[in-house]
Amino acid sequence: MHIDIQQANATAVNAIQAAQPVLKGIGTAIDVVPGMKKNLILHAGPPITWEKMSGPLRGAVIGALIYEGLAKTPEEAEKMAATDKIEYSPWHEHDGVGPMAGVGTASMPVRILENQTNGRKTFCTLNEGLGKVLRYGAFSEEVITRLKWMETVLAPVLKAAIPLAPQINLKNMIAQALQMGDEVHNRNKAATSLLIRELAPAIVKTDFPTADKAKVLEFMHSNDHFFLNLSMPAAKMMLQAAEWIEGSTIVTTMCRNGTEFGIRVAGLKDRWFTGPAQIVKGLLFPGFSEEDCNPDIGDSAITETCGIGGFSMAAAPAIVKFVGGTVNDAMNFTRKMYEITDGESQAFQIPNMEFRGSPLGINLLKVCEKNILPQINTGIAHKNAGVGQVGAGLVNPPMKCFEDALEAYVEKYCKDE
Amino acid sequence: MLKDFFGKKVKVINLGIASFADDLRKQGVETVHTDWRPPAGGNKKIQALLTKVANWQSKVKSAKGAR
Repeated sequence: MHIDIQQANATAVNAIQAAQPVLKGIGTAIDVVPGMKKNLILHAGPPITWEKMSGPLRGAVIGALIYEGLAKTPEEAEKMAATDKIEYSPWHEHDGVGPMAGVGTASMPVRILENQTNGRKTFCTLNEGLGKVLRYGAFSEEVITRLKWMETVLAPVLKAAIPLAPQINLKNMIAQALQMGDEVHNRNKAATSLLIRELAPAIVKTDFPTADKAKVLEFMHSNDHFFLNLSMPAAKMMLQAAEWIEGSTIVTTMCRNGTEFGIRVAGLKDRWFTGPAQIVKGLLFPGFSEEDCNPDIGDSAITETCGIGGFSMAAAPAIVKFVGGTVNDAMNFTRKMYEITDGESQAFQIPNMEFRGSPLGINLLKVCEKNILPQINTGIAHKNAGVGQVGAGLVNPPMKCFEDALEAYVEKYCKDE
Repeated sequence: MLKDFFGKKVKVINLGIASFADDLRKQGVETVHTDWRPPAGGNKKIQALLTKVANWQSKVKSAKGAR
């Protein structure tokens, strides 16, 4: 095979750079997500069975079955979840992403993004906030009540408001947020504010009762992570553009299901390469210890895969107060990521590095050769179902994913060398 | 001490572990540090796989040059 890896990787990085994710609207998962079914539960990370799911993912599945009305009690939901009545599939195989447990079901409202370059779409649920929420595995009555409010009030108000607002180009918004101290994985304060600035006038113009509109604005205002469920599908969309480029060694997916970490590589199409999810080191909420922590979970590492999140921590020095470490560490994490990437983002610039473009396009060969793992910052879920978030911190993928991917790459392209 | 050992002024290029360079600098030894690590962290299997990729790519590039 006469494939020049350098050229294939340049094609992949250029495709990522060319993507233009815009917010198109809000839909219901069953209507808009490819392959969605009433008995299908989408989840974060690589494929997994009920038997192998960790506590928070199981908790989120239980909550989702109650939310969908498929089960009345957690006990009933748990029994049902273990049967073949319920099917499981990764969001990534349905053009979407889910933060933490990432559970998505038929009735859930989803944000719809469209790539103006090629018309492809990506999807993500709406962010519930921090603490006791479904995506961290909590399923108490307050969690289900909030989800129902999101379905019946938040989503319809936003659905009506989005067409009344100026078109929201998420790449531009992320670029602005990076100039304002966010890295749009664990710090979304500026991005959420920018989003509210665009949407608030349109929300006011909708015909919904004033009380509903006020509550929607209050909900967005009270949740600094409201933008996360836009930065993630935006990053997914940019990487989607590079998802199958023959010979390319650019990593297009990094994600975790709480049990395993999984990656996919542009030149190896849809194949998953997995290794054990690692324990996140960071700052825990009062009353919790490392023993309470579940291994790494969520699709949010799609931000790092796209050169933001942990790769752009130099742009967000204040994040160390949330995930731990020092400002110097944040600068060094970004500097180190240039060693394993092939490009620099044209859109995402880091002000305190002389507006250098963020490290973009993780090259599998560089990760293996330099033995440097991608740097991720992330939330930490309690290991037991039903508890929720216990902190945030820093983590790396297991090297096994990259070693296995390299082996498969050699087998596919150059085994006889 | 080092100077006495070698009999003349010592200048050091340090590869790999940065603390070795730091210790030498503390003793007043002129030191240049290079952040070097063995390829693939010394993992022989990964090194062999990377060599296959490198061999393939040099053939691809040679074929291109010959065209």
